[in-house]
Amino acid sequence: MHSPKPNPETDWPSELYRILKAADVRQMSYVPDAGHSQLIRMFSADNDVTTNVLTTEEEGIAIAAGAWLGGQRSVLLMQSSGVGNCINMLSLSAIGRFPLLMLVTMRGEWAEFNPWQVPMSRATQPSLEAIGLKVMRAETAEDLVETVESAAALAYESDQQIAVLIGQRLIGKKKW
Amino acid sequence: MTVPSQLDRRAAVAALLKNRGDALVVSGLGSPTYDLHATGDRDDNFYLWGAMGGAALIGLGLAQAQPSRRVIALTGDGEQLMGLGGIATIGVARPRNLDVIVIDNQHFGETGMQASHTGRGVDLTAIAVACGFATTATVRTLEEVQRLAADIAAPADGPRLFVIKVRAENPPRSLPSRDAVFIKNRFRAHLGFAAT
Repeated sequence: MHSPKPNPETDWPSELYRILKAADVRQMSYVPDAGHSQLIRMFSADNDVTTNVLTTEEEGIAIAAGAWLGGQRSVLLMQSSGVGNCINMLSLSAIGRFPLLMLVTMRGEWAEFNPWQVPMSRATQPSLEAIGLKVMRAETAEDLVETVESAAALAYESDQQIAVLIGQRLIGKKKW
Repeated sequence: MTVPSQLDRRAAVAALLKNRGDALVVSGLGSPTYDLHATGDRDDNFYLWGAMGGAALIGLGLAQAQPSRRVIALTGDGEQLMGLGGIATIGVARPRNLDVIVIDNQHFGETGMQASHTGRGVDLTAIAVACGFATTATVRTLEEVQRLAADIAAPADGPRLFVIKVRAENPPRSLPSRDAVFIKNRFRAHLGFAAT
């Protein structure tokens, strides 16, 4: 049967799922987010991956450290407003050199309808860098797929703490 | 609601962990880390010197990665109050091999002994019940801790949260290594993973 080649411009969440599975990610934690909804659905349907829904984003930093202590790789999904909740807990990843991969969808920077998202949007990258994370950023679907592949290798194979910021332009305007 | 306990915290933690077997233990910032270290330094201890609110959730990630091992998160009332949402997350995740043990002196002992929320009536076991924990209990005597210790390795239907009410005091600190990379690699090597 012919299966069409996936188009990264429209199906980047599937591509990210494929990359993270290839990287042997066994745990996924998330705070619900429209931009990540497809990826959340795919991981939640996967019996080989344990998923945790969080009440606040910093919980996922601690869970990822525990997963690594126990020999598993974990990925954490959130939006940029949640980065502010993580800063103190990120000390754990930084001081312990725990592999960490966070995929962060941006709010407050492109066609945003809610002005309250803007200050944290502005603070996202500098605050992550201030606590010691490496920040990578993608503005196109093709670049995002390559960036996450590289970030996963850096995180899990080189013990780095990485946040990949997914530009709001890529996700599209919020429609509701 | 705020009945003071006369139980010695070090004696309680020693009794709790006396027959821990191959249980993996994560301890929270401050006195729980000192209490755990005072029972004897071990490769399967992971001590926190920060990450306030994170001990039980590190326990969750660890329990999910090691489903055949008993995991004990040893924390304090102050830390667990900071991580109240984590009780809901653990309740939803429903691990069968995770015990959250709150060493509860009803005070913020590290910061000047101010009365904590548990000292003002907040009941962490009731919160855990509401979040779907399988078993909870509050114990106040050494005999009760010993009974808890005897049961702790038994299979459970889900996560358990036990509050051990102890006397408010600051015993001499018993200090493990503060080198998180060393503690991490030692812990992982114990489980058979290569140091990276």
